[in-house]
Amino acid sequence: MNLDFTPEENAFRDEVRAFIKDNYPARLRAAQDEGRALTKEEYLLWHKVLAKKGWLAPSWPVEHGGTGWTPTQKYIWSEETARADCLAVLPFGVSMLAPVLYTFGTEEQKKRFLPDIYNGEVWWCQGYSEPGAGSDLASLKCKAERMTADDGKEYYIVNGQKTWTTLGQHADWGFFLVRTDPDSKPQSGISFLLIDMKTPGISVRPIITLEGGHEVNDVFLDNVKVPVENRIFHENQGWTCAKALLAHERSGIAGVARSKRNLEKLRTIAGTERSDVGGSLIDEAFFKRKVAELEIDLTALEFTELRTLAGESSGKGPGPESSILKIKGTEIQQRLQELALEAVGHYGAPFLRDLQGNNLGIGPDYADGLAGEMFNGRKTSIYGGSNEIQRNIIAKAVLGL
Amino acid sequence: MDFSFTEEQSMLRDTVASYLADHYDFDKRRAAVSKEPGWRPEVWKAFAEELGILGAPFSEDLGGLGGGPIDNMIVMEEFGKALVVEPYLGTVVIGGGFLKHSGHAGAADLIGGIIEGKNLFAFAQAEPQSRYNLASVATTAKKDGAGWILNGHKAVVMGAPFATHLFVTARTSGAERDAGGISVFLVDKAAKGVTTRDYPTVDGNRASEVYFENVSVGADALIGTADNGLPLVEKVVDETIAAMCAEACGVLSKLHTGTVEYTKQRKQFGAPISSFQVLQHRMVDMFINVEQAISMTYMANIKVTDEAERAKAISAAKVQIGKACRFVGQNAIQLHGGMGMTDEMAIGHYFKRATMIESAFGSVDHHLARYERLSLGKAA
Repeated sequence: MNLDFTPEENAFRDEVRAFIKDNYPARLRAAQDEGRALTKEEYLLWHKVLAKKGWLAPSWPVEHGGTGWTPTQKYIWSEETARADCLAVLPFGVSMLAPVLYTFGTEEQKKRFLPDIYNGEVWWCQGYSEPGAGSDLASLKCKAERMTADDGKEYYIVNGQKTWTTLGQHADWGFFLVRTDPDSKPQSGISFLLIDMKTPGISVRPIITLEGGHEVNDVFLDNVKVPVENRIFHENQGWTCAKALLAHERSGIAGVARSKRNLEKLRTIAGTERSDVGGSLIDEAFFKRKVAELEIDLTALEFTELRTLAGESSGKGPGPESSILKIKGTEIQQRLQELALEAVGHYGAPFLRDLQGNNLGIGPDYADGLAGEMFNGRKTSIYGGSNEIQRNIIAKAVLGL
Repeated sequence: MDFSFTEEQSMLRDTVASYLADHYDFDKRRAAVSKEPGWRPEVWKAFAEELGILGAPFSEDLGGLGGGPIDNMIVMEEFGKALVVEPYLGTVVIGGGFLKHSGHAGAADLIGGIIEGKNLFAFAQAEPQSRYNLASVATTAKKDGAGWILNGHKAVVMGAPFATHLFVTARTSGAERDAGGISVFLVDKAAKGVTTRDYPTVDGNRASEVYFENVSVGADALIGTADNGLPLVEKVVDETIAAMCAEACGVLSKLHTGTVEYTKQRKQFGAPISSFQVLQHRMVDMFINVEQAISMTYMANIKVTDEAERAKAISAAKVQIGKACRFVGQNAIQLHGGMGMTDEMAIGHYFKRATMIESAFGSVDHHLARYERLSLGKAA
């Protein structure tokens, strides 16, 4: 056991660091610094830089565009991108759909969809949750009936509603779980469909979240005609694809590198803010202790993730233990948000988003939006399988209870 | 020992509750706070004229209802349940508190103006560097003939956009964090040299940054004694916290009951999610938090008039309520799942208010430290 990087790994770190420094889009950096909502084009600026370099999808198989990096290199990559506060590559196509495609798709489907995902030409969204199917995803009702159209081709006619579709307002295509057999057991009658969001009968309605943002949407499907060749894997066996996808969704969710970065930001804020008695807040006994406890928690998570990574590189896929990463990762993210809000005291209260330029000088810049981030961050222990569901998974699959 | 309310107090609660039920449902509140001016003057007028509640804690010879902290507690708890944004706390509790306790010559008239609904007050106390230390005052007031000249910047003054007058803490002598040398002034918001930058707050209230630039006030602007204003400020802030704890109780009980109701309706895995033991226990813990918050709020409002016990009791209550606000608020959202994250459901709005109460007039850490100083410090 050891933690040392080899000279090659250190050289790789330097290469990554230099690449980010020289190539991170200035316009995106400015938008992030201002804390404003990104445009569709801005979301993809960094994506396209990475695609051109060939570093977009380190975890994909090499034949589809993966980098072939070792787990250590991937770890260095995620550390460095978080350290430089790079925008995370949107997960919908790259981390969520692509693994399903290259695992379960036909050669033709891979050829048709993977390059556009890689190059950021198509924006994907997820159509999983429904108003009545959240934690209990397998109870989903969105219905797809097979029929032969006048053109002699086979289609699914899809009817139903999906919800919590993140950034669906920008989406060109979506991957959907639909019920193709209403009579079988919940998990066995589901199929996995790729749907062009421009198909007639699809409407996307914004959901405004409690902090005032528009990130998620309802998606309504009214007699939406989907060619049968857009189905991934076998009919009624889409749950197999969904399960694989959920495991990927969980393994990325620890967010260790990003939490480290946010811990640094918290230290900076608490170093600037005054305590009640006038010193730095970071030197105030209670606050200092909370930051120290959080840092220890984060270290425990980091080494748990490293153990998981090491297990993966020796051939084990991400198992149910990855639920640990989801639970602890989201708890730590939420704790960081709480402490940042605590740190800024009175200036956590102003809601300046709509004031447009007039907010300059109302409190320190770093305070703006912290309350909103904390409110919005409550979603992380709800989405991707709530933390209660993750505990059920560990109880059943790991402890055998 | 008696924890029951008088007949008058029960009537006060019923009056407030029934008015709010008719005029202050979630949709009406949401519509009002999302556009200018961010509150409803007609509601304030009704408080003054129809309900007469703006006189709740004032003596009858001042034109009030003859109540005290318990009456404020009752009003604020009901306000918490409806997320009322109109400035009862700033006007009646804070403004009324300063006027009652200072022995100011104009107090009777000014209180009369509160009761009539004409005088609206906001408390310009916090400053960019002050955090929760009431003695950290950089705003200055310099003697100028019989009157004073004020200069400085007050941060996040809640309710200032609605206010006619501001109670302002200013330093008349001493250094920035000295306990001595602080004085309190009542300043007309329209006075020359007072400028404000108004904004909404994350919980649907309104606040301002307030700047004083050579603001000239008369001798009668001084509230209480010069240089020795801090004890008065501490007393009024403690009363404010006692009232705000009651508001928190209203907010917390809505968070809890709303969650219990929702989990009974919401079905997953073929059953209402309220049937899952892990969620039942969570809701029991929320309930325990709410009950303990109510207990501490009663304790605080009983002891707030006891000079020897007041400060310790208030800090203890604020610690308990601050923790409850976080635990109950966060779990209410968690148990609502994705629905709890939406702006259209009331639950998130209660959570946001609970979060702001948690740190208002001192965070858990602040009051824990104060409690330690007052309680354990003595023994050492």
